[in-house]
Amino acid sequence: MAQEQFYHALKVDESLCYGCTHCMFVCPTDAIRIRSGKASIRKDWCVDCGECMKACPVNAFYIEQDDFDKIFNYKYRVALVPVVMIGQFPSNISESEIFSVMRELGFTHVFQTEHTVDVINEAMINELNKHEERPLISAFCPAVVRLIQVRFPSLVNQIIHVKPPIDASAIFFRKMLQDKGIPDDDIGIFYVTPCAAKIASVKSPVGDDKSPVNGVINMDFLYNKVYQGIKNRGGKTSRSPGDNLPNLGPKSIGWSLTNGEAPYMKGRCLAIDEIHNVIDFLEKIENEEITDVDFLELRACDESCAGGVLVVGNRFLAVERLRKRAQLFKDIHGTPEDLIPYRDYLMGKLPLKPIEPRSILKLDEDMTLALRKMQQVRSLMCYLPGIDCGACGSPSCQSLAKDIVQREAQLSSCVFIQRMMEKHKKLHADHAIRIIEKTWGKDRLDKDCTKLGAKNEGM
Amino acid sequence: MQFKYDLEGGNFSRAGHASSEVKKILKQLNVDARIIKRIVVALYEGEVNVVAHAHKGVVMVDIDEKRIYIRIEDEGPGIPDINLAMQEGFSTASASVREMGFGAGMGLPNIKKNTDQLNIESEVGKGTVLEMTTMISS
Repeated sequence: MAQEQFYHALKVDESLCYGCTHCMFVCPTDAIRIRSGKASIRKDWCVDCGECMKACPVNAFYIEQDDFDKIFNYKYRVALVPVVMIGQFPSNISESEIFSVMRELGFTHVFQTEHTVDVINEAMINELNKHEERPLISAFCPAVVRLIQVRFPSLVNQIIHVKPPIDASAIFFRKMLQDKGIPDDDIGIFYVTPCAAKIASVKSPVGDDKSPVNGVINMDFLYNKVYQGIKNRGGKTSRSPGDNLPNLGPKSIGWSLTNGEAPYMKGRCLAIDEIHNVIDFLEKIENEEITDVDFLELRACDESCAGGVLVVGNRFLAVERLRKRAQLFKDIHGTPEDLIPYRDYLMGKLPLKPIEPRSILKLDEDMTLALRKMQQVRSLMCYLPGIDCGACGSPSCQSLAKDIVQREAQLSSCVFIQRMMEKHKKLHADHAIRIIEKTWGKDRLDKDCTKLGAKNEGM
Repeated sequence: MQFKYDLEGGNFSRAGHASSEVKKILKQLNVDARIIKRIVVALYEGEVNVVAHAHKGVVMVDIDEKRIYIRIEDEGPGIPDINLAMQEGFSTASASVREMGFGAGMGLPNIKKNTDQLNIESEVGKGTVLEMTTMISS
């Protein structure tokens, strides 16, 4: 099978991973297996939702980001900051304080990601009017777009082919700087990301050849730097927050939160957050159990971007702060003034290319072989215990059966099958231990008092 | 390869279970998405019919390389006039069923539209047997 390589921001630090099963069980696409005592991610199955990272008890998952010093490769260093970043700070810290510290850190410009929301909204409504198929689904959340590609391939054509704010704003700000006479090579746009999926969408974009964003900075990293900067200067401003900072209105402030897009679309619109809720709903859409919905706003994280895996603060508090903020600026409407002359230019750049399905569900390209494999899976299920304990290194008996059929595991990986084999003298006890060590790592079953929860934990 | 699913009359929250399971199977078999959609729609309508009208029923599915055969058998009131029931908009659904958004009289016509071959046999007071066959590969 010809598989292109997918970039994933989520990585496992093997020195920290001790091979528990938390991540494997929460992964919504069954993309994780335990091999040699470490979690391993199947690249073409992973949608970068970050559930594994949220579930890991020892912080073994990390999100690869660009080296901060990479910003200095550019003469003009633009930070593209999403609204949820502002929501991280207590309300007594002002937006201009945050942005002036960011300029002290080395950025020449600080722009807000949701600046272009009004134009995006217009383009999305145009698409809604143009297409008959229902419901149409927002392309806002890159994890959802990838989820649809791998698990709901029949729905890819229902994704609205309009770029999300990260791309739209990068395109606009780049053009605006170019028009001031700055050469394109001198402009470096760095997105401050709340999640892994956005990084993956920058490094290997879906529906676009190349991302207009040059690099990505993790929000938790920048939050620490900025917060430290604010604490250290004790209210003294050494640098202005920059010129291009019009206040955003309620629509832009709320856009990345749950129910951010839905109220501004047309017809019957629903907003659904958290990846399992999204999956449940997409199942119903795929079965045509729900047909009278026009627009779906789907977000992988609980409380949308405020619940992103790189967002440091409590998501409910962040949402509350941002809602208050939206209330404060409730009189700001419409397209920001500096964007008006660029409206047509941006409109022309917003369409996404077709999004290809890439199903991970099919057992084989060839239907005859797939049918045979499914028969084998069903036969194997007669023997597997149906306990879904994960002790084989696969998330369920069903997935072990599929792994066996795909020659990625063996029936003897199952600890219960091993017991039966030992009973019938088909497997020697030493051999059984070797099999377990293959999945869970050498000496895994030896006494170890330093492991999590044991009496000398961490010593 | 055979699969069997039970249907319970009156339990609308479970209607769609069989079609959802069959969909998962067909996706694993790499059946064309458009064909899956037709099969799932037809089966879902069939399930709703049993749930809305009958006491209980059973769905039997048989899949081979060429086609999927689905047999929905129920114990229920039966259909007195099948030709009439095949007309769009004709419905005998109760007011309470309609309130739930079902019973628009599109069930059987929709099934017919979405299967390659449909056969209905019904005995009033006993039940109905629906047989649907759809090709899954050319």
